[in-house]
Amino acid sequence: MPAADGSAEEFRRRGHAVVVGASLAGLRAAETLREEGFAGTLTMIGDEPHEPYDRPPLSKQVLLGRTGAGDTLLPRRRALEARWLLGTAATGLDLAGRRVRLAGGEEVRYDRLLIATGTRARPWIKETEAALDGVLTLRTGDDAARLARRLDARPRRVLVIGAGFTGSEITSACRERGIDVTVAERGPAPLVGALGGVVGAVAAELHHAHGVDLRCGITVTALEGDPAGRLRCAHLSDGTTLEADAAVVALGAVRNTEWLAGSGLAAGPRGVACDAGCRAFDVHGIVTDDVFVAGDVARSPHPLFGYQFLSLEHWGNAVAQAEVAAHNMVSPGPERRPHLWLPAFWSAQFGINIKSVGVPPMGRELAIVQGSLAERRFAAVYGHQGRVIAAVTFDHGRWLPFYGRLIETAAPFPPDFAQVDRAPGGPRPIPAEFPDPALPTHGPTVTLSGYAPSERRVTFVPARV
Amino acid sequence: MTSATLLRRITDYAARADPYPLYAELRRTPVARQEDGVYAVSTYWEIAGLLHDPRLSSDPRNRVPTAGEEDILEEEQGLPPSFLRLDPPEHDRLRRLATRPFGPPDSPRRVSDMRGDLARMVSGLIDGLRDRERADIVEDFAYPFPVMVICKLLGVPHEDEERFHVWAEAIVAGLDPGEEGEGPAERRRAAQRARMELGRYLAGLIEDHRRAPGGDMLSALAAGHGDRERMSPLELVVTAVLLLIAGHETTVNLITNGMLTLLRHPDALRRLREEPGLAVPLVEELLRYEPPVQLLPQRTALADIDVGGVTIPRGAPVWLVLASGNRDPRRFPDPDRFDPGRTGNEHLGFGGGIHYCFGAPLARLEAQVALTELARRLVEPRLVTDPPPYRRNPVLRGPRHLPVAFDGCVP
Repeated sequence: MPAADGSAEEFRRRGHAVVVGASLAGLRAAETLREEGFAGTLTMIGDEPHEPYDRPPLSKQVLLGRTGAGDTLLPRRRALEARWLLGTAATGLDLAGRRVRLAGGEEVRYDRLLIATGTRARPWIKETEAALDGVLTLRTGDDAARLARRLDARPRRVLVIGAGFTGSEITSACRERGIDVTVAERGPAPLVGALGGVVGAVAAELHHAHGVDLRCGITVTALEGDPAGRLRCAHLSDGTTLEADAAVVALGAVRNTEWLAGSGLAAGPRGVACDAGCRAFDVHGIVTDDVFVAGDVARSPHPLFGYQFLSLEHWGNAVAQAEVAAHNMVSPGPERRPHLWLPAFWSAQFGINIKSVGVPPMGRELAIVQGSLAERRFAAVYGHQGRVIAAVTFDHGRWLPFYGRLIETAAPFPPDFAQVDRAPGGPRPIPAEFPDPALPTHGPTVTLSGYAPSERRVTFVPARV
Repeated sequence: MTSATLLRRITDYAARADPYPLYAELRRTPVARQEDGVYAVSTYWEIAGLLHDPRLSSDPRNRVPTAGEEDILEEEQGLPPSFLRLDPPEHDRLRRLATRPFGPPDSPRRVSDMRGDLARMVSGLIDGLRDRERADIVEDFAYPFPVMVICKLLGVPHEDEERFHVWAEAIVAGLDPGEEGEGPAERRRAAQRARMELGRYLAGLIEDHRRAPGGDMLSALAAGHGDRERMSPLELVVTAVLLLIAGHETTVNLITNGMLTLLRHPDALRRLREEPGLAVPLVEELLRYEPPVQLLPQRTALADIDVGGVTIPRGAPVWLVLASGNRDPRRFPDPDRFDPGRTGNEHLGFGGGIHYCFGAPLARLEAQVALTELARRLVEPRLVTDPPPYRRNPVLRGPRHLPVAFDGCVP
C-alpha cells in the first residue's frame, strides 16, 4: 500500500484519492490532481445531491430571477474519471485505518484524503422558530431556489437578520425587486465586522439611499408564527414588533467539521487547522502527511500576516488552496508549495462593486487614497503597525492589484504619493473602527493532560454554544 | 546595440512584419530608458503592475513634453480628450455612462444579442467570394465586417463609410510615433483636424437620433437614462468619435492577424474547422500571440515609480509594450509557439486596469464568428505572399493587404 512511506510517485500511479466535499474547492482539487498526472482512483463525496455548482450568483442573479438556482453549475476544466458519491454525507473519519465513514454505513478507504467540506449557513438559534414557514437561510442552491420563490410571491416585508455580505446582497436584491426590507444588525453598521465602522457607515448610507429600513444595534429576540406555522412577526431587542412574511437568517456560516469529532484531527468550530502546505494538523499540533484540507473549512497560517491562522470564506481562496493541496498530494516533499494566496473577495450590492485584498480587520487605521467616501467610490487602505495590511474599494476595483502589491511588499502606511484621483489633501489616517475584539467568541479550547513527555496529550473541547 | 536605438528599430517600418525578435532583445532590460527620456516596459509582470498603478496617468496634460513633442498640448484646441485619455474621476464617469447602453449591468445582452447579425454579415461577405479563387482578406472581409458591426451598433449609416473612412485613417495615423513620412508632429495635427471633422459629422447624426431614436447606442446615449446623470453634448460627440474609431480600426487587425496566423499554422486551421468550440481559446491565444494593439505609448508617471529595479522619474513618458509582455517566457511557457488550446492565458492583448478595452466582448465575438466561418467555408486557403505588406503604424499593427488563394467556398 502506497503513501505510508510518503511515496508520492507510487500514489500518483496507483493510489486512491478521496475528496470529501464536492463544491468549488473539491472540484478544483480533483481537476488539479488529474492535471498533475494522478492516474489512480478518485472518489468524490458530497452531501448535496447536485453536481458542483457556483455559489456567488445565488445571492445575486438568482434572487433577481435572472438565473435559475439550478443553472450555476461550475464549468469543468477537464474530465475527471471519478467515482461520484453525491447526496452522501461523510459521518466519520478513522485516521489510523485511513477510512471515511459514510451516512449509509459504508466505508471508503483512502491513501490520501482531501477535506473540503466547507461551511453551512448558521441556523436561527431557536429550532422551533427556525422551523416556521417563511424563516430561511441562504447557502445552498436549494436555499436560493426557496428564497427566490418566496420573493416571486411578493412578500409585503422581508426581515433580513444580519447585515454582513450575504445579508446585504439579499437586501439589495429585494430592493431591486421593489420588496420592502427591514434589516436587523447587532453591530453599529452593515459590514462592520469585515470592513470596520468607517466603511460600514458608507454601507449604511447605501441601505438608506435604497429605501431599506436599516436598524443597527438591534437584535431579533424572537420570531413568532401564526397557528398554521407561518412566520407572522419578529420581536426586536428595542421592544418593538415587526410584521414580516419572510425572515432571512444571515448570521454567517458554521464550518462543517462535526463529522471529524473524535477523529483526532485538529478540527472544530473554527475549521480544520493545517500547515501552509494544506496538510491537516492532528489534535496534538503534529502535522499529518496523508490528510489535506482546502477551502472554507481550512484554517492555515499565513506568513504575511504574522503566521496567524486564517480561515477565509473566499471564492478565490477555495480555488487557490485546492490547487496547492492537490499539487502537494501528488508531489514529494521538496516539490511541495506553500499556500500564499493574498486574501481577496468581492461583493455586488446596491449597484456598487465592493472588493477587498488583505485582512482589513487587522487594520487599526485606514486612509482614503483615491476618490471619496462622500461619493461612495473610493479606495481605502488599512494600516497595521506602520504598514499596509489591506485595501477595500467601492467601484474602484481595477486598482486593487496595485494595493495588493503594497501589502505583499509591506509598504509603509499611510501610502502617500502623487496618483490619479488622489483624495483631496492626501491620505489622512483615521481609526478604522472595528468592533472590540475582546467580545466573547464561539472559539473552542483544548486541555493538556499527562506528565511524562510520552504521556502528554491534548484533548479537544468543543465550544459551549 | 543600445536600447535607445532598439525602440527606434521597433517603430521602424522594417520591423513591422516581425517585431518579436526585437521585443525579445528589449526584454533583456525590462524597464529601459530611451535616449529621448521615454521608459519602455517590456516584461509581463512589470506591465501588468503598471496597468494597475494609480501613479501612472493616461492624461496627456500631465506630460512634460519631450523634444519634438511641444505640440502635444495643442490637442486642447481641438476636441477635448475622450475617456481613453483621461484619468479618474472624469474617466470613470464617462466610461460608466458609455457602458450603460453597451454592457452590464444595464445592457447585459447587447453584445450577445448581436450574434445573429454578426453571423449574417459574415455569411454575406463570404458568399461574395464564392466564384473567386483569390481574395484580399483585408479589403474583402476584415475591413468591411467590423465597419458594418460598428455602424449597426452605433446607428451610423453604412453608406457614409467613404466619408468617415478617410478621417479614421488620419486619426489612427496620429497614434504612430515613428519618424517616417511627414513625422509624428504633422500626423498628430492631421489627426486633430480629422477628429474635428468626424466630430462635426457625428454631432449632426446624434441630433438626428435625438429627434428620431432607434435601438442603437447613439440614440440611447443621446436620450440619457431617465433622470440619471448624462453626458454633455460635447462629451457625447467625443465619445462617439472614440467608439467609431476604436470599433473599427482594431478588429480589422485582429481578424486579419488571425487569418494570417491560421494560414501559417494549418493544424490550428484544421482543428478550428473540426471543432468550432476551439474559437474561444483560439481568439485569446491570438490576442496574446499577435495583438492588434502592440503598445500603449501615452502614459505618464505622476510620481517616481520603482519597477523592475529602475526608478521611472516623475513626469517621464512610459510605453507599455503589451505585445512583448505577451511573449514573456517568465509568464507564458514556450511563448513563441501559437497554441490555440493554451490555458491560463491572461494575456495583455486588451490592456488592463481601468482602460481595459471597452469593446473587448464585441471584438472577441466578431473574431470568433469571423474566423470560424472563414475556416469552415474557404476550401484549401493559402497565403499568396508571406509576409504580407503591413500598415505603417507600429501601435495598431496589422497587414495592409492579405492576399489568399483558395479553391472556392462551401455553403
